[in-house]
Amino acid sequence: MHDPWVFVAFLLPIGLLLPAVAVLMGILLGPRKPNAIKGTTYECGIETVGETWVQFRASYYIFALIFVVFDVEAVFLFPWAVAYQQMQLYMVLEGVLFLLILAAGLLYAWRKGALEWV
Amino acid sequence: MGDPFGLIGQWLMDLVTGWGMQPVAALTLLRFLGAAILATVLLLACFLLIVAERKLLGRFQDRYGPNRVGPWGVFQTVADFVKLIGKEIVVPDGIDKPVYWLAPLLVVMSVVGIWAVVPFAPGFLGTDLNVGILYIVSVGAIGTLGIIMAGWSSNNKFALLGAFRAVAQLVSYEIPMVLTLLVPTMLAGSMGIAAIVEAQKDMWFITAAPLAALVFLISSVAENGRAPFDLMEGESEIVAGFNIEYGGLAFGMFYVGEFLHAFTVGVLFSTLFLGGWQGPGAEQFPLLGLVYFFAKAFVVWFITVWIRGSFPRVRIDQLLSLNWKFLTPLALLIVSLTAVVDKLAVEQGWSRILALLAANGALFVGTMAVLGAYGRSVRRREERLRATAGGLSTGIAR
Repeated sequence: MHDPWVFVAFLLPIGLLLPAVAVLMGILLGPRKPNAIKGTTYECGIETVGETWVQFRASYYIFALIFVVFDVEAVFLFPWAVAYQQMQLYMVLEGVLFLLILAAGLLYAWRKGALEWV
Repeated sequence: MGDPFGLIGQWLMDLVTGWGMQPVAALTLLRFLGAAILATVLLLACFLLIVAERKLLGRFQDRYGPNRVGPWGVFQTVADFVKLIGKEIVVPDGIDKPVYWLAPLLVVMSVVGIWAVVPFAPGFLGTDLNVGILYIVSVGAIGTLGIIMAGWSSNNKFALLGAFRAVAQLVSYEIPMVLTLLVPTMLAGSMGIAAIVEAQKDMWFITAAPLAALVFLISSVAENGRAPFDLMEGESEIVAGFNIEYGGLAFGMFYVGEFLHAFTVGVLFSTLFLGGWQGPGAEQFPLLGLVYFFAKAFVVWFITVWIRGSFPRVRIDQLLSLNWKFLTPLALLIVSLTAVVDKLAVEQGWSRILALLAANGALFVGTMAVLGAYGRSVRRREERLRATAGGLSTGIAR
């Protein structure tokens, strides 16, 4: 009779709204006297040099990339886990085979040195 | 006293339809009220949670903790809140404004959103999604997004470093968490959280999958981003990391999100592995289920605070090695082993729980043996290095 997502549709906006009201209250009630010095970027007393959004090291990117691979594969595993109770042993073994392929991917990334932090 | 939550719901429903409302509209209104009450209670509970955690941390570190404002310092957070409201909002130059203001709100929203599917007692939960586990993972990931947004938009290099570390840490630790979440899903045969709790009537999943529970706990603590995994805000290295340019209540929202998340970790762990509201007599008296639920959640929460108070911060390469070279392969092994052993036990007619316990024990011993061998090889290499260096510098050493 009733969609279970209705509750989520209410809860998430409320969860966004309540902290927004709190922050807004802070903005309204707090004093505000901006000047040039206050607005500068914080950096332990010395002035910032150069742009903030600079090139960053590729290691972070590679870790994020491995994550994407694993997360997508994990999503494929959930239907298998839900159906697990009705499965024969060989179907379970097929799922394990899939996990082994995943593990082989991890091993490949490991041997390639993608998991080293240098 | 049979079913107080059902009675209250029925009473409210009768009341609202008695005013001449359509049943569907009335139900929607009740859902809205429930969501509003849940979110408000959660955010208000933070006032107590923060004091409790600071008191506990104080005791762990052999000091009193906050004890001035009100009896035992319980109003400390209220005082902090008032102070944070009164602070000047300093908006730094060159920030990405919409992203900067949205980030703290998203962090709170993600934590509050998780509670939609948490069953507090039999028949007392926000909503029973049939994809509850995926919902928890995806809504929890919004918090990671909020932290990355905060670090990126602040126009500050420390904040940017914090955001990068959040990418490396929060995103990486999601893998073992998601993989170990497969184990309760398999054992219960459902992704719905209420069904998972129901399935733990005879045995809590921690007895069938202790290693999965342990890996889940470690990766949840890391997801929460607090000691020993607090690299992204590491105040002694990158000052405050992602939240460095935030002040007033915008900063307070990150704080609220983190402390509420810590309790949410306890709640999720007790729901998925400790049987949630299950306990003697909980079926007959749902109120008793509520008591069990919060008792278990507080025990797990206490353990996470204990971990926070006890361990030093790890280095980033150690953090990533722990995840990618230890927890992730271990989680893959746990999932395959649990799947095969449980199916074998059912087909051969063994006791499921004993078979799973034996498999977990064997895996634990094997893991420890591998770790021990690795540790010995590292020590031997270091000794060899020291021996070569010692030959050169004996004059200085003696």
